[in-house]
Amino acid sequence: MNWSWDVIWEYFPRLFDGVWLTLELVLYSALTGLAIAVPLALMRASKNRLVSALPWAYIYFFRGTPLLVQIFLIYYGSAQFDLIRNTSLWEIFSEPFWCALIALTLNTAAYSAELVRGAIQSIPKGEIEAAEAFGMSKLVQIRRIVLPRAFGIVLPAYGNELILMLKGSALASTITLLDLTGMARTIIARTYTPLEIFFAAGMLYLAIAALFILAFRFIERWLNRYQYPR
Amino acid sequence: MAQPISYSMFDLHGFGHLLWEGAWITIQLALASLFFGLIIGLAGASAKLSSIAPLRWLATGYTTLIRGIPELLLVLTIYFGGSMLLMAIAERFGYTDYIEVSAFAAGVTALSIAFGAYATEVFRAAIQALPKGQWESAYALGLPRLTTFYRIILPQVWRLALPGLGNLFQVLLKDTALVSVVGLNDIMRQAYVATGSTKEPFTFYMAAALIYLGLTAISTLITTYLERASNPAEKRVAA
Repeated sequence: MNWSWDVIWEYFPRLFDGVWLTLELVLYSALTGLAIAVPLALMRASKNRLVSALPWAYIYFFRGTPLLVQIFLIYYGSAQFDLIRNTSLWEIFSEPFWCALIALTLNTAAYSAELVRGAIQSIPKGEIEAAEAFGMSKLVQIRRIVLPRAFGIVLPAYGNELILMLKGSALASTITLLDLTGMARTIIARTYTPLEIFFAAGMLYLAIAALFILAFRFIERWLNRYQYPR
Repeated sequence: MAQPISYSMFDLHGFGHLLWEGAWITIQLALASLFFGLIIGLAGASAKLSSIAPLRWLATGYTTLIRGIPELLLVLTIYFGGSMLLMAIAERFGYTDYIEVSAFAAGVTALSIAFGAYATEVFRAAIQALPKGQWESAYALGLPRLTTFYRIILPQVWRLALPGLGNLFQVLLKDTALVSVVGLNDIMRQAYVATGSTKEPFTFYMAAALIYLGLTAISTLITTYLERASNPAEKRVAA
């Protein structure tokens, strides 16, 4: 066996095409997932059992089962229902890209909801009481006090979640998508150099993860800027 | 097959036993990876806290690398790259036949390496959380360093590390599904096989999901039990 750098250089542009799809999957599902996670977390933090039961079940299912099952349930499982097959919904569910996006979104929404809930519950009580003393309504409290504070608290943990999502997005390759992992597998099928190409793909994942970490450090400093001396 | 199509969602058409066989493979894979992963984790944590700098660098490189790349990529690399690597080594010794790495062996290797990287961090944090006085008083009693580690430090580290390790085991249990991609007959693969002849993918992947949910629920129960058992001081207080 000879390690060949040439094959890495030759196919690097194609691997890079895969990087874009990986980034698209991660960023789109992160944004949509967060938008779902916030109301879920607010409901989950509610003291009313009826309100918190539904998000509890949702979160329990999506955190307790493998992402691969969730992707297959949506991509292959949707074909079992005539309701989906015979309507325009099929245009979405027959596309691997949309299925991967939906699965990743629902998955990250469950994990982020737990993170946001933890952050909401760790806001010092006095801050909420102070808002109440000012006569803020519940909605204004959430918008002006609870959420901004929660985002500052949740950010380091959310950075980790984003990296887990980056790693999870590799599963999109199992439903024929040419993300970074999918592209690597396609190239290997032609060149039969698994060690070199998987190594190159791994380095690209590491580089993306490093970029995420740097970006989060920057945002964290900005969101929690009141804690740093000027 | 002029059978009326069944619309009952949880009719498994006699494929239920296949799923249970798959569950047994999944459990074996998870436990084997847990065993080797814990050993790697302890070794990694010792290396990270070592006074020898190259060992620390090696351990840091290992955890940074493994925690940054997808587990699926690791499984694929070890499954497809592993046989190439083994063949290249065997060739040096004059063995030129084809060597294939089994999906199970590749799975255990990949998952233990991944588990080990995260476990390294959990053990390191637990060891560092122990008060220095524990080491010092053992030293004052004349215990050698290694004995101190096994008899004094490790039993206490175990208690501190348990919640973290419990979480990691849940992640490991879910990651076992990835090994089905390289052909291991675990829950996922069996669900896929059943889907091929029944054309009811949702039913079988949902059944698979529920088995995973059951497995993670059981592992949570065991972790909670172990956490309580390892903490005799708070046993009476906890209810």
